[in-house]
Amino acid sequence: MRGVWTVARKDLQSELRSKEAINASVSFALVILLIFSFAFEPTADETRAISGGLLWIAFAFAGALILNRSFARELQNDCLEAVIASPVAGWELFLGKAFGSFLLLFGVELICLPVFGIFYGINLTKTLWPLLLILVLGTWALTALGVTFAALTVNIRLRELMLPLLLYPALSPALMASMTLTTSLLTTGSFGTNNQPWIRLLIGFDVIFTSLALALIEFVLVL
Amino acid sequence: MSTMSTRQKLVYGLGATGTLLLIWNLYRVLLVLPDEMQQGAIYRIIYFHVPAAFVGWTLFLAALVASALYLWNKNLALDGFAASAIEVGWVFCSINLVTGMIWARIIWGIWWTWDPRLTSMFICWLLYGGYLVLRGAIDDAGQRATVSAVLAIFAFADVPIVFMAIRWWRTQHPSPVLETGGLAPEMRLPFWLNVFVFLLIGLAITLLRLDQEDTKRELEGLRRHAHAHAI
Repeated sequence: MRGVWTVARKDLQSELRSKEAINASVSFALVILLIFSFAFEPTADETRAISGGLLWIAFAFAGALILNRSFARELQNDCLEAVIASPVAGWELFLGKAFGSFLLLFGVELICLPVFGIFYGINLTKTLWPLLLILVLGTWALTALGVTFAALTVNIRLRELMLPLLLYPALSPALMASMTLTTSLLTTGSFGTNNQPWIRLLIGFDVIFTSLALALIEFVLVL
Repeated sequence: MSTMSTRQKLVYGLGATGTLLLIWNLYRVLLVLPDEMQQGAIYRIIYFHVPAAFVGWTLFLAALVASALYLWNKNLALDGFAASAIEVGWVFCSINLVTGMIWARIIWGIWWTWDPRLTSMFICWLLYGGYLVLRGAIDDAGQRATVSAVLAIFAFADVPIVFMAIRWWRTQHPSPVLETGGLAPEMRLPFWLNVFVFLLIGLAITLLRLDQEDTKRELEGLRRHAHAHAI
């Protein structure tokens, strides 16, 4: 497990020093929130009804920027070969990268959340803890799958284009679950009695895709 | 004709059998069977819509197995098979979506609705479409094969969701008539025959496509060989 923390710490440290991805990601998320305000009356009641979807679209798009960087960061000076040749195991590298990206993305979300609440007149404090739970589960789904696909696409042409093209369809069950649950929390203040399958789906998605990624990452890294 | 390989003979055999059976079955479906009580003539789309989905999923499953085997023994022929199966499966997947939309326009009055079955099938179509785009973006054969194999395994995770969608959720898409016995007895034989026919034709096209993949690989090898010796 030590390798996991080493990789995660290395990624976080280099990102916090350069702030390349995190600045771009926060700005991008805010721009998306702005653009959505053109599409409808931002303070109307309907906003609440689509708030979950809006929030997760912003997170998913902003997340792609961070996820793209997770492996592309190692391309300079052939660092990727060095990382793969290092004594850190493939699964440790994957988990380290995933934790690093997860913390960065979660940070971006925590910055955007109050801004979203202010811009769209939505009170987030009433359901903060369940909302954070959904954020954690949904963001982990995004990063676990995203980091795997980032590793898959790191060496190919059109990398920046291929990642979202593959990631969003594959992610859609988790994205749908996160959107439905977030909307339910923001409109009714609870998960709702009919939404239990969505929670199960989200947890199941996290477990299945993390296991798949752990099982296959070695093939992806050693091409 | 004597130069035909066993695979080519198989392709023609499967294709010819499939086509003959299809013609006979089309005659049964279009001219002999009566209209359905509630839907009228349009119900006949089920004979094409459902088999297309079955064949698409079967080919995706075959690609999943071939991809997993490829990761295990790194035999590029398996990668060629997986790519062929997915390409043909994707076409059947498209047939399924288009026939479904035609049916929906007539029965529901709309081309599309975002219900779990339709949405998950559309996601399936996008995922395997992404697989085909991804293959085009990688030049190195070994790298292309590995990346594609991993993606084929991830993409297949959506197929059981599509299959189960009409069982898990209350969808606008009709519930499974095959299991609940909603299909009249005289309609069952033509239906399953069409599934069989689609399978034969799907397999024949996949093998044809596999031939092209093999030739392509051979050409690439020859080109490398010529290149190495010219310098």
